[in-house]
Amino acid sequence: MTSSAYLTGRALHAPAPRRFRWPRWIADRAPVLTIVLVLIVVWYVAAILMNMTLVRGAFERNDTAYSLMDLIAGTLDAERPLVAAPHQVVLTFIDLVFDYPPDSPRSLLYHSWVTLSATFVGFVLGTAFGILLAVLIVHVRVLEKSLLPWIICSQMVPILAVAPIIIVVLGAIGLRGLLPKSLISAYLCFFPVAIGMVKGLSSPDPIQLDLMRTWSATPLQVLWKLRLPASVPYLFASLKVAITISLVGAIVAELPTGAQAGLGARLLAGSYYGQTLQIWAALLAAALLAAILVGITGWAERWAVRRMGMKP
Amino acid sequence: MRRPFGFLGAAVLVLAALRLPLGGEAATGFASHPVLLAATLAALALFALAPFAPLRHSLGLPVGFAGVILTCAVTLRLLVDPGVAGTAGTGFWALVLAGWLAAALVVTGMAALKLRNETLRRANDLAIPLLFGGFLFYLWEVTVRGFGVPSVLVPSPSATAVRFAASLPTLGEDFVQTFVRGVLIGYAIGCGAGFVVAIVAHRFTFLGRGLLPIGNFVSALPIVGIAPIMVMWFGFDWPSKVAVVAIITFFPMLVNTLAGLAAAGPIERDLMRSYGASPAQTLVKLNLPAAMPFIFNALKINSTLALIGAIVAEFFGTPTRGIGFRISIEVARMSLDMVWAEIALAAIAGMAFYGIVALAERATTFWHPSYRT
Repeated sequence: MTSSAYLTGRALHAPAPRRFRWPRWIADRAPVLTIVLVLIVVWYVAAILMNMTLVRGAFERNDTAYSLMDLIAGTLDAERPLVAAPHQVVLTFIDLVFDYPPDSPRSLLYHSWVTLSATFVGFVLGTAFGILLAVLIVHVRVLEKSLLPWIICSQMVPILAVAPIIIVVLGAIGLRGLLPKSLISAYLCFFPVAIGMVKGLSSPDPIQLDLMRTWSATPLQVLWKLRLPASVPYLFASLKVAITISLVGAIVAELPTGAQAGLGARLLAGSYYGQTLQIWAALLAAALLAAILVGITGWAERWAVRRMGMKP
Repeated sequence: MRRPFGFLGAAVLVLAALRLPLGGEAATGFASHPVLLAATLAALALFALAPFAPLRHSLGLPVGFAGVILTCAVTLRLLVDPGVAGTAGTGFWALVLAGWLAAALVVTGMAALKLRNETLRRANDLAIPLLFGGFLFYLWEVTVRGFGVPSVLVPSPSATAVRFAASLPTLGEDFVQTFVRGVLIGYAIGCGAGFVVAIVAHRFTFLGRGLLPIGNFVSALPIVGIAPIMVMWFGFDWPSKVAVVAIITFFPMLVNTLAGLAAAGPIERDLMRSYGASPAQTLVKLNLPAAMPFIFNALKINSTLALIGAIVAEFFGTPTRGIGFRISIEVARMSLDMVWAEIALAAIAGMAFYGIVALAERATTFWHPSYRT
């Protein structure tokens, strides 16, 4: 959204600026920080209210006298809370990440790595397949009319429904572990890449294509020297979407397959054994992974754009 | 100029099929099937005739298509023969290959057609993917039954269809549980809440500037992970699915509606100001119509997300019905035809949902440049 959206209308009637002004870097982030702060406060209040009956029940079972403060302290420190307070989530997360060796099955690093490796393999497979499909669709006209509608339909099939089948079929021909999960990731993430690349590969102007014709360039040369460079911005826009849904795919693929390791398996195990804090910590790990992956993709995009001299 | 040779190639393949063995030792060949022999010969004649003038321009495609239909029918009938099913021979596959080649040529020819009539062109654009998809299903059927792939691995489409028809009550119950209760209610709540919050955030700039980055960030997170927590809060039955779906659909709706409400240009906004329009009037008459394409984009994204969310939530606990529940149970029992029937149900529901949203978009945003021809 452009800032001009907020320049008209009410802003014109704003009172004259006061003498003191917040530094720019605070003023720019103030709305986000305020809302994050409000969310955290709401979260704490919800934790206190929703865990209240649980904690009161525990006190009354033990016949201990308790004050309101004891009750509140109890809600924020429950072992299996309905709503885990933010500090509990962070502490559990730090505990699970740093207090165990990275190869221990209790360590979140270990589970993150299992999910991350499936994410990467799926992302690479899906991206390669998506680019290949896009190149084919752009060059073979009949595919655009016959295949493209089915590619779009393929995304309306809830992949989770197909996931157990993929696991069973691949398991029957001797493939287990990483690859089935990656295939589900790949199935999810080839779509934005294919759609974005079809757009990107057909983005050169007719004038530019005509110029290539006057140079009697072969289709391969047109692809390599005109279409592919022109599609880079589209590619990165698609990759950002693809990497996040690849992660979702890897996590989700661990659910119906009874995986022993991985963030999805942690969610499932936490759900079975009522280990609330473990679920929250796994969620936090997944969120951090997603943020890091998107960050890396964004960084690669800026690097590529700079190298190609498209923008400063 | 390629098409004549292509159809002649198909004809040669049919000719070869007449000479080669159709199946294993028990197979009887064409001698005992006079009707099939006649149909095959007819297909051969059609393929051989299709390339030649004067047929080529006006009737080439229909003639080739008739040949494709005949070969498909012959191969499917041959599979009923126990000597062919599972042990199909080279003759059989030559016939399939001939049909494949001819079908590819027909579809290519249809894609190259330049139709003046608007209705005909639309029909052609619809027929191409349908033929393509139909032929894929045919290939699936023929491959599975011709090679005798065990049905615990991949059942044939016909077996799935039979199972689908035979277990309609179960499928209906699962559909109501997962789709009508979980998906639709959650979708309505999530999209409605996202829409309302976006309008409020548009009105109060501070809120909008705070929510947009957060919404963008959360949209990139694997939110389906909250499913176990929702199951813990709302129990095993459909309310927990509704909660998951509502949360998943909330953020795409929020982000897209916010972007859409800001999509109206400065000139249009100035015009509204010069009319002295109140904020409510500006919203209803300018910003909301301008946001429609964005809102429908979110509705489309959400229609697929919602179904995935509801099925994921069922893996964390469910009463004894629902699409996700049935799939995990039937996979464990290795009755894969039932699993495929559920997948077909989910796919049909997903496509119908998406299709309805897309139709609604066409009906409400017909003025948008992307729909003008």
